[in-house]
Amino acid sequence: MAMIEIKNVSKWYGTFQVLKNCSTEVAKGEVVVVCGPSGSGKSTLIKCVNALEPFEQGDVTVNGISVSDPKTDLPRLRSQIGMVFQHFELFPHMTVMDNLTLAQVRVLGRTREAAAEKAHALLRRVDLEAHAEKFPGQLSGGQQQRVAIARGLAMDPVAMLFDEPTSALDPEMINEVLDVMVELAQEGMTMMVVTHEMGFARKVAKRVIFMDEGEIVEDAPTEDFFGKPRSERAVQFLSKILHH
Amino acid sequence: MFAGFDFDVIHRSLPYLFKEGMTFTLTLTALAMSGGIVFGTLLAMMRLSSFAPLSLLAGGYVNLMRSIPLVLVIFWFYFLVPWIGGWAIGANQPIQVGAFWSSVVTFTLFEAAYYCEIMRAGIQSVPRGQVSAGYALGLNYWQTMGRIVLPQAFRNMTPVLLTQTIILFQDTSLVYVLSITDFLGAAAKVAQRDGRLIEMYLFVALVYFVISFTASYCVRRLQARIAIIR
Repeated sequence: MAMIEIKNVSKWYGTFQVLKNCSTEVAKGEVVVVCGPSGSGKSTLIKCVNALEPFEQGDVTVNGISVSDPKTDLPRLRSQIGMVFQHFELFPHMTVMDNLTLAQVRVLGRTREAAAEKAHALLRRVDLEAHAEKFPGQLSGGQQQRVAIARGLAMDPVAMLFDEPTSALDPEMINEVLDVMVELAQEGMTMMVVTHEMGFARKVAKRVIFMDEGEIVEDAPTEDFFGKPRSERAVQFLSKILHH
Repeated sequence: MFAGFDFDVIHRSLPYLFKEGMTFTLTLTALAMSGGIVFGTLLAMMRLSSFAPLSLLAGGYVNLMRSIPLVLVIFWFYFLVPWIGGWAIGANQPIQVGAFWSSVVTFTLFEAAYYCEIMRAGIQSVPRGQVSAGYALGLNYWQTMGRIVLPQAFRNMTPVLLTQTIILFQDTSLVYVLSITDFLGAAAKVAQRDGRLIEMYLFVALVYFVISFTASYCVRRLQARIAIIR
């Protein structure tokens, strides 16, 4: 069964159509990479999955639950979908520990002790346990993004969304974040990742979705996408980002 | 040049001026500040709401309050609050409110309009992504506001909120028009009783200046410290 199912989603900003009838799905345990030139709508598409961006037509279901159905308990559904942002979006006025426990306590109703235990385990996993009592501003970009991944995982999500997780990082910090993501993929986490890191896509993605001007132009198994892209636009895009 | 003046009148009336007058002024300032910030923050959240009737209502209130002279508002509320209170509890007579609570209500409602605009800027100074991150974790609107947006908005706006409070502190002297014994009112009473207007008004101005100037200086120091932390 598809964990994430996107069905004929269209979205407009005024008269400008940013998403044109997009359909795809991500199966349980599958890793799908979404790429495309800037302004192609890939970030907008991934934000439709947890309804951070409303859309006018079509539907998205996660784990069988529709995100556009007014009867859906959106906060509850969102709490089951981890999201990692381009600019980390850690809460700067809270310690790393509080960043990781806030939603566990307030949304999932876990006790403070249980939440703290979970947070410590995850910080150990991303190799940041020593920084638990620091504030986000005291950490490097790579460290902040690893905390953000841990914050998403703390909610025991059924799927993780990544919106250009490495594009705001200095080059030398990209790998420490990608390593965590690769490990997560290998453990069988369902992931939808907007990224330009084609090495990451080759390594762990089952499929690659290529978007341009609000359309899903190509949705192909990873090897096919890199080996023999079908569309002219995908060929051009690949030649631009692979040989520079 | 001070030969004809009697500065001892100040010394003699000090206990009255401070224990009666300044206590009233500071209590009113503190209560109106607390109430004004709470109400102003709610107004700011309404103004930024995507639900048009709410934002229009709050916007109308703020613009109305900011377009009327404070003295008029004080007069109006002094006469209106007892009637509104009586109407609210279903009595057919105006209730006894008293000058103190009438002025607390007036200043809270009036200053809320100014605090609202400060908090609106504060809320807008918090990046959109912070709200998205809160929602993505499953927090609802009130949790996102209360735990993520407002704490950062308050921290960013503390110097401006305090500056507005210094203005409020000076504005409270206008309750003098209701013959309330605030600091200015107390001094005016002594001045008229003893015929020592110049001495008393000079002293009142000096005290307001010292308190406001010191407070402004502290706010500037605080601002510099916040800038370093960020």
